[in-house]
Amino acid sequence: MATSITAIRRMLDSDVGYSFRKSPIAILSLIVLALLMLSALLAPWIVPQDPHDLSQIFIDKAEIPPIWMKDGEWPFILGTDPQGRDVLSAILYGTRISLMIGIASVAVSMTLGVTVGLIAGFVGGAVDNLLMRIGDTVLSIPTLLVAILVSALFRGLLPPGLRDSFASLILILAISLTAWVQYARTVRASTMVERGKEYVLAARIIGVAPARIMRRHILPNTLTPVMVAATLNLGLAILSEATLSFLGVGMPITQPSLGTLIRIGNQYLFAGSWWVVVFPSLQLGLIVLSVNLLGDWLRDALNPKLR
Amino acid sequence: MLAFLVKRLANAIGVMLTVAFLAFVIFRFVGDPVELMLNEQATQAQRDELRTRLGLDRGFVFQFATFVGNAVRGDFGISYRNQQEVSALIAERFPATFELVIVATVLSLVIGIPLGVYSAIRRDSWLAKVIQFVSVLGVSLPSFALGILFILIFSVTLQWLPAFGRGEVVQIGPWSTGFLTSSGRWALILPGVTLSLFQITLVMRLVRAEMLETLRTDFIRFARARGLPSRAINFRHALRNCLMPVITVTGLQIGNLIAFALVTETVFQWPGMGLLFVQAVTFVDIPVMAAYLIIVSFIFVTLNTLVDLTYALVDPRLRQGSVAGGARGH
Repeated sequence: MATSITAIRRMLDSDVGYSFRKSPIAILSLIVLALLMLSALLAPWIVPQDPHDLSQIFIDKAEIPPIWMKDGEWPFILGTDPQGRDVLSAILYGTRISLMIGIASVAVSMTLGVTVGLIAGFVGGAVDNLLMRIGDTVLSIPTLLVAILVSALFRGLLPPGLRDSFASLILILAISLTAWVQYARTVRASTMVERGKEYVLAARIIGVAPARIMRRHILPNTLTPVMVAATLNLGLAILSEATLSFLGVGMPITQPSLGTLIRIGNQYLFAGSWWVVVFPSLQLGLIVLSVNLLGDWLRDALNPKLR
Repeated sequence: MLAFLVKRLANAIGVMLTVAFLAFVIFRFVGDPVELMLNEQATQAQRDELRTRLGLDRGFVFQFATFVGNAVRGDFGISYRNQQEVSALIAERFPATFELVIVATVLSLVIGIPLGVYSAIRRDSWLAKVIQFVSVLGVSLPSFALGILFILIFSVTLQWLPAFGRGEVVQIGPWSTGFLTSSGRWALILPGVTLSLFQITLVMRLVRAEMLETLRTDFIRFARARGLPSRAINFRHALRNCLMPVITVTGLQIGNLIAFALVTETVFQWPGMGLLFVQAVTFVDIPVMAAYLIIVSFIFVTLNTLVDLTYALVDPRLRQGSVAGGARGH
């Protein structure tokens, strides 16, 4: 306990910690993001119903407006949709799915990209050429298109009964397969610089295996830009997931993410129940906005040239 | 220069072949094309006949070669869903997407450049800070959510603008245009603005960054020393030096805008290529998906290559450099 407190204190005293304390936008974004994550995590204990459980949904409670409007009804604070689902419950459960897929795709694409970048930069030659040409090709096609195709391809290969249960996995894969190139390029560039330095030479002379040199010696020195890219890409990954789900190639209606909720709500746009689509959209915007602001701050904080 | 040209073209052809290969693999292996094209009552003889006609009984390499050969001639087969020629379907839908992309591009320049210039010149004013913040906001709200909010405000509540479709179009030969009727022009506003918002922030940020850089250079200082009015310095000298990267990015982004138009087209039920593609994905209409992938990638790769070649022509240092790709998120 005591050690973790000193660790936190040391972090706050560091360079980055100082610029964090001096940036009200960064502090606010972090607080908002933490609250959003916490509420999504604790959703089962705070919201009135489980939107995935049909036995808790009553059709006679359909299309109730938000509570501050006429005909609003407790406990449906943000109203209900035409199927009788509580909008707030659906949003918090949807946030869980959106955040989970976003974080997982960043983790997968980062691991993939860092590995490719390390190998390409360290080994060089034909291997480097091949890996980077693959990356160029991925970037030669608009990313959204790649993601839709990967998603459609996997859905087409799976039997219809399994598609819904693998939906989140397919999405993570589809998003990761387009996002790894950026990590690979940054890590490759810094690996090529580090490769020639004396500490790497020293490790080589005493006979450390190349894989270990890459992992234990070079990798830690290439991670700063990776961290910035990961934060900024989290916002992008959440948006990609939402876009794919909105287009109907993402999460199914049975496990709706925020994008799916917006897609469902879009159908009731002209029926007057605006709350079904507006609140999920605002939640999505709020998440991505706070992630982006945090990412912008981190980029500036870690780049001394900008000060 | 010739070596660079050959290398760059070979690269572009390589990318296109990879894309074609991807499209072919999807076409050939996601479901059996014969099963998808015939109904359930078809006899075995009919199946075999179609299999031979499509060349599916030949070797893999031969099939791929035929596929590429047909694609080069603009023949993408027949849509599974409505039994029409895919090339005809796409040709019919292309003008709608193209006009939308043009409107979005023009809007992004007309709005993005002045905003960028302003937030660079008055970079400490509160308005510039507001603009900066709104631009982060614009990148954070996904275009489909913005589109829906626009529909809710301007179509459902205020009833000023149409929420879907192209309005009336005028047919000029093979091209159908919405620019010539008033309902066509009204219908362009919401989707055009929605599609352009990301692009506006992009142009704005680019102009701002370039302006800040240029304003620090010596020739601007000399212009000041000569006593030129600041309007002339900012617009005639500084801005003009920022326009080259803006033009490049605008050119590169057209491919991306075409791809992104599919989201806008879905929101506004805009009858363009993107909507056709999204519907094809829902119905697993693979020839249409394959054709769309190849056409959009072709536009994208062509623009990238042209920009690279123009740059190499202008700046000899780049001829030895590696090949840059265009990337964009949302």
